[in-house]
Amino acid sequence: MPFIPHTEADIREMLAALGVPSTETLFDEIPAELCCGALDLPPALKEMEVTRLMRARAGQNRPLLCFAGAGAYEHHIPAAVWAVTSRGEYYSAYTPYQAEASQGTLQVLYEYQSMMASLTAMDVSNASLYDGATSLAEAVLMAVRTNRKSHSRRILMPKTVHPFYRRVVRTIVGSQALELIELPYDVETGRVDPASLEIHSGTDIAALVIPQINFFGVLEAVDELTVWAAANGAIAIALVNPMALALLKPPGEWGQEGADIACGDGQPLGIPLSGGGPYFGFMCCRKAHVHQLPGRLVGRTVDMDGKPGFTLTLQAREQHIRRGRATSNICTNQGLMVTAATIYMALLGPEGLRRVALQSHQNTLSLMSSLTAVDSVERVFSGPFFHEAVFRTRRPAREIMDGLAERGILGGHELARDYPELGEAILVCVTETRTQEDIESYARQIASLLSHG
Amino acid sequence: MSRLPDDLKYAKTHEWAKPEESGNVRVGISDYAQEQLGDVVYVELPEVGRRVKAGEACAVVESVKAASDIYSPVSGEIVEVNGSLSDAPEAINQDSYAAWLFCVKADDLSELNTLLDAEAYKADAEAD
Amino acid sequence: MLIFDRSRRGRAAHAQLLPESGESPAIPDYLLRKTRPALPEVSELDAVRHYTRLSQQNYSIDTQFYPLGSCTMKYNPKVCHDLASLPGFLNTHPLGLERTGQGTLAGLYELQEMLAEITGMAGVSLACAAGAQGEFAGVAMIRAYHRLRDDLARTEMLVPDAAHGTNPASASMGGFRVREVATDADGNVDLTALELAVGPQTAGIMLTNPSTLGVFDQHIRAIADIVHRAGGLLYYDGANLNAIAGKVRPGDMGFDVIHLNLHKTFSTPHGGGGPGAGPVGVGDKLLPFLPLPVIVKDGSRYRMLTETERPHSIGHLVTFAGNVGVLLRAYVYIRMLGHEGLERVAEFSTLNANYLLKKLVEAGFEPAFPQRRAAHEFIITLKRLAKEHHVTALDFAKRLLDYGVHAPTVYFPLLIPECFLIEPTETESKEALDAFVRIMAEILKEAETDPDRLKSAPHSLPVRRLDEVRAARHPDLAYKSE
Repeated sequence: MPFIPHTEADIREMLAALGVPSTETLFDEIPAELCCGALDLPPALKEMEVTRLMRARAGQNRPLLCFAGAGAYEHHIPAAVWAVTSRGEYYSAYTPYQAEASQGTLQVLYEYQSMMASLTAMDVSNASLYDGATSLAEAVLMAVRTNRKSHSRRILMPKTVHPFYRRVVRTIVGSQALELIELPYDVETGRVDPASLEIHSGTDIAALVIPQINFFGVLEAVDELTVWAAANGAIAIALVNPMALALLKPPGEWGQEGADIACGDGQPLGIPLSGGGPYFGFMCCRKAHVHQLPGRLVGRTVDMDGKPGFTLTLQAREQHIRRGRATSNICTNQGLMVTAATIYMALLGPEGLRRVALQSHQNTLSLMSSLTAVDSVERVFSGPFFHEAVFRTRRPAREIMDGLAERGILGGHELARDYPELGEAILVCVTETRTQEDIESYARQIASLLSHG
Repeated sequence: MSRLPDDLKYAKTHEWAKPEESGNVRVGISDYAQEQLGDVVYVELPEVGRRVKAGEACAVVESVKAASDIYSPVSGEIVEVNGSLSDAPEAINQDSYAAWLFCVKADDLSELNTLLDAEAYKADAEAD
Repeated sequence: MLIFDRSRRGRAAHAQLLPESGESPAIPDYLLRKTRPALPEVSELDAVRHYTRLSQQNYSIDTQFYPLGSCTMKYNPKVCHDLASLPGFLNTHPLGLERTGQGTLAGLYELQEMLAEITGMAGVSLACAAGAQGEFAGVAMIRAYHRLRDDLARTEMLVPDAAHGTNPASASMGGFRVREVATDADGNVDLTALELAVGPQTAGIMLTNPSTLGVFDQHIRAIADIVHRAGGLLYYDGANLNAIAGKVRPGDMGFDVIHLNLHKTFSTPHGGGGPGAGPVGVGDKLLPFLPLPVIVKDGSRYRMLTETERPHSIGHLVTFAGNVGVLLRAYVYIRMLGHEGLERVAEFSTLNANYLLKKLVEAGFEPAFPQRRAAHEFIITLKRLAKEHHVTALDFAKRLLDYGVHAPTVYFPLLIPECFLIEPTETESKEALDAFVRIMAEILKEAETDPDRLKSAPHSLPVRRLDEVRAARHPDLAYKSE
């Protein structure tokens, strides 16, 4: 019996104590007609057998040299991150309801909140949400709750926000009578044109979403956008890549007074690609809005002897107290992922993180310079970029991607489905993990595909 | 049972209401409600200028373990809120009749007649 | 001591530090960061030692008996973690999943099929990141179903008063008004109250069975009839599937839509509060509305359905394909159990719960529903202690920590005063249960003779009881360097 420790003698004694002949009797309150027969499931495997099966499955995944980003980034993860995170004391504990017996998890979460607040230059961070897209949805809902001056429930959502994020926001806020207004981008620069906001000036807008870096890898004019939001009574929601913030101006310093909410996906901070999850979402805000923040929060306090300690706090915001009127239905966070991210940030430190960000940026510059040297390859946008960029060739993007895959390269992400107006465009990403040789090989393969095409 | 000043009106939902000469109604929570909630840690107050209906939830008083909606006992416009509670929510535990929450410019003071006097509120709360 | 207190300017984990390139970024100056984030500067050993020591301040399943009711704190097999962490799975980019991740998709597809079989549902989507998101998806599908039929008056979701807080929160997030339904003295849904509550405004009902009260609602078919007759749908919260896995299927009980908590029944890690995974399953009626992606098999290749193929889908709920790593762990777990193994989960979690209940009653504890069999968990109430000795359930819980066991769930469900919701799970041995009973009896004695011992507990943990009022009145949520 896998994972069940009972001996025959145990079972006999336990049944005798209960005065029943068999475990079946314990189910006698369940109407007999409800019981299902044998289920059509594959036969049980021993650990050795399931190991063989899963190794074979993992082997069916084809390892490609990764030049894809678009919301999930391959950064180097120090071995220590998961060696410590996988310890049973983190892995098999639950939400720290009993604070005295959970100081480990609680302190990690407090340190995490501190690191994220500092990275984003915001006052406070929650203890995490599911992922980047859901963090944006929660940020939009929070903005509507927070903005008591606005009654419109209208949100300005740039088209330069990740299309996957936008579709998740649509699903989650869909039943909340919010209006999502799409903001166009400048086809030349690939960023939101601050002038395009003019038609909304003076109207009642609850929030403006500001992605930095945006989906095209381009850097937005965050100061102007934040100033516009403040001037028009809209909450400024910063959607940011935390890795990039080691190098880029943090949301708390945007414009005159900073963004109001910062959110995004924490995956770049020590979380493996893992086919798309689990990652974690983060959300930071100003102190004044903390009571509208969704998700768990850990606070530092003292115990009855005056000794410092940590506990979940401001829980009256949450579903287990407020039920139908909670700030969100979220119950758990992504505790284990956040543990990994905290250890990752501690190992990298401010300088290490900055160098990873800078190296990724420079690798991408290098790739774009090699690529645009290839005949008929063009960079699509002129705006400054970070570690992703969009290029186009004269061949269909699908053929380029297939060709690269045959040569062992995951070439990026095709944009045609979400941005047909961009033609055969590919979004490519280079992190610090790619060598100069990898980069040259990518450019060479593109050149070769174009010369044969 | 806890302190219940005779000169106030009380709602079944544990608010007290005090009509003032100006025609405004000052609102807070009863000593009994404060005791039931325990240590108040946060108060969410309405915007000044907001229109409320009698019985409409327009403030929240939170303790560590509970969040309690506060209903306006009369219809009207919020003309004043007790901002000092943001920094010192414990004032409600110290004296819930001094620590008022908000003040409503009532449309119709006769709505107060539907509230309970101290005696009736006491009987009602004890029956809970 | 915080990691920040260990920080020294200029120290670093050098093996992780890339060389300084010396070049400046090709980014306009006004977009660059001018301040240094206050991240710690420590060596690798500093960090490893700090976080290892912190881990030792946690109670966990690997180190303690953890009978936290409603959370199913059973052993998380190491092999599940190991196999889901194979490089082939970890290094697959989500956008390369169809092109390069066929091994991952094969596992996910089979998991969909197995969960559908286990729950008696027509189709499953693995997209939801956690149970609460599964609930939201379920509620959104119910909404979409009524709307597509132009049945727009159905604006009310019924939720039993004993339900978990996420149920009403999810219902209101899904745009419904929540109406509570009372529980009868046996812990079942009050059928008379239900009859009165349903009507043309009823969109559905959200139920957990066995309920949060730890008993199986025998009238589930009657409930299904009442709600279905009124035109509503039945939503099954899978929080307590551990009690009936492999024995009774929500689909056979009459449920139209379900969510599962893989970190409960299917032994994926709780991780200090996530990551979870909350797959949803539906009957035929709701198939078109399932959240995306749904994985299908075309010949020998696996792929994900798109919006064009499922135009009525409620859409996407997470950025990519869901918490794949968690899903793979559950897949491994189910493959190791098979049908018989799953049925044993239900049998032994129920045996352990009933045995523990019996022994605790013998030791002088008061069950909330003495007339009922326990499912995989049960409730005792400490209201007598509270009355006679002014010792609360919280005091009792804190004292348990001193004895090296994690406390059960306290004060939930809200209906039962001074309650403990106790869930031992099937992976605990008889000795572990007997030891727990001895500890409970010991503390009961203490409560009667030396109640202050409980009121001031815990005494032997890294910290004593924390000042939560101070934490909430003056929130200190982030370290600020001096």
